[in-house]
Amino acid sequence: MKSTMRRFACMLSAVAFPVCFGVSPALGNDNAKPLFDRGKLLATGGVSQVEGAGGAGLTTWALIGGYGSDHGLGLTAHGTLVPLDDFTFRSAGLALGVFDRLELSYSRQWFDTGGTGAALGLGEDFTFGQDIFGAKLRVAGDAVYDQDRWLPQIAIGLQHKRAKQGAILAAVGASHDTGTDFYLAATKIFLKHSLLANATVRFTKANQFGLLGFGGADDGYDATFEGSLAWLVTDHWVAGVDYRTKPDNLAFAREEDAMAAYVAWFPSKHVSVTVGYADLGEIALQDNQQGLYLSLQMGF
Amino acid sequence: MRMAFQIAVSLLLAAPAHADTLFERLGGMDMITRISERTIDIAAADPLIGPHWEESNLVRVKAKLAEQICELSGGPCKYSGNDMVQVHKPFKFTNADFNRLVENLQQAMDESGVDHATQNRLLALLAPMQREIVTR
Repeated sequence: MKSTMRRFACMLSAVAFPVCFGVSPALGNDNAKPLFDRGKLLATGGVSQVEGAGGAGLTTWALIGGYGSDHGLGLTAHGTLVPLDDFTFRSAGLALGVFDRLELSYSRQWFDTGGTGAALGLGEDFTFGQDIFGAKLRVAGDAVYDQDRWLPQIAIGLQHKRAKQGAILAAVGASHDTGTDFYLAATKIFLKHSLLANATVRFTKANQFGLLGFGGADDGYDATFEGSLAWLVTDHWVAGVDYRTKPDNLAFAREEDAMAAYVAWFPSKHVSVTVGYADLGEIALQDNQQGLYLSLQMGF
Repeated sequence: MRMAFQIAVSLLLAAPAHADTLFERLGGMDMITRISERTIDIAAADPLIGPHWEESNLVRVKAKLAEQICELSGGPCKYSGNDMVQVHKPFKFTNADFNRLVENLQQAMDESGVDHATQNRLLALLAPMQREIVTR
C-alpha cells in the first residue's frame, strides 16, 4: 500500500522527487522497484533532437526518450547550442518517457539574429522563438529485441508549436504563428552490424522549424523527410548523420534542406553529450548557415 | 609497387579462412566458458537482479549459458538445457531484468577484451530471447 502510494505520488508529480529514485533492496515485488528504473539499455533512448523529442540532431526517432522501462518512467532535460555563421540557435526542454510507450516533451527555442538583426531591420539581437509541446506514441515493433525480424519500431507523434513575435512573422508573410506537425517515425537497430537507421515522414507547415511561423505563400501541409544513419561505435559512443527536408513557404526568403553530423557520448544513463556540425542552409536571406552543434542531456 | 602488391596478396592468403565465424571471434569455447561464468557471477552479485538467482544451481546455469552461446555463435555445441520459456516462467522477469543481464554480459565481454562489433553480433542473436524470458 505504501509503495503504491509512493508510485502514485511519483506519477502525479512527474518530476524529480528523491523518493522515486531510491533503489529498493527488496525484489520479487514490482511495487518495491523505483518508478524511474533506468531499465533500458544505454543509448537506446537516443538523445534530445532539435525540437526536444527523443531522436538525435535534426531527426525525430521512434524510440521513446529516457531510460524508463515498460514498467517505469524516464525524465530527461536538455540544453542545445548551435552557433551559426549569422545567427545563434539555443533550446532547452524536458521530456518524460512513460512505460517506454508514450513520450511527452516540452522545449523552448531561441533564435538570436545577433548583428544580422540590425541588417534585416529587426534590430540587433532580435530573437525569434517558440514553445514546442510534443507527444509520441510507440505503436509497433521493438528496435532492440526484434533482431530476427524486419519490422522496425514505429511511432506516431505530434509537435504543437507556438511561435513568438507574431507581428513580425505576419510581416514576413507567415500565415500563422502557431502550427502542429504530425509525424510517423520508423527506427531499426541492426545490432549485427552495429548500425541504427531511422526514417521519419513529417506533415508540417513550419517555416524554419516554426521559428519563422507557419505557412505563407504556400499554406498547405507539406510531407517532409527526416533520415538518420548512426554507427554504434561502442556501448558508450554513437556517431551519426541526419538529413532533413523542409517546406519552402515564405515568399521573401528561400528555405533549404538541413543536415548534421555528430558524435554522441554516453558516459552513463544520467548524462550524454552530443558534439557535431550542422548545415541548415539559407535562413532569412543569409545563405550557407553552418556551425557547431552542441547538446547536453541529463537523465533521471 | 610490385613488392607492395606481393605483400598484400600474401597477407590476404595468410588470413585464416574462417576467422569471421562468431564462435572464433569470441575466442572459442574456453573464452565463451569464461565469459558465461563471469556473467552469471556478476549477475548473482548484482543488487538489482541477484536475488533472482538465489535458489538456482549457478554451476548448471553457467554451463547451459556457455552451451547456448557456443551453439548460437556457430560452435560445435547443442543446447541441452530446459525449455527456455518453462525454465524462466517462475522468475517473472521484466524487460529491465533482461536488460540488466545484458549489461552484466557486456561487462564480462569487456573484461575479456571482446571488441564491440563482436559483442553486438552476439547480442543480436540473444536479443530475440527476450520474448521467451520476459513474462511481465
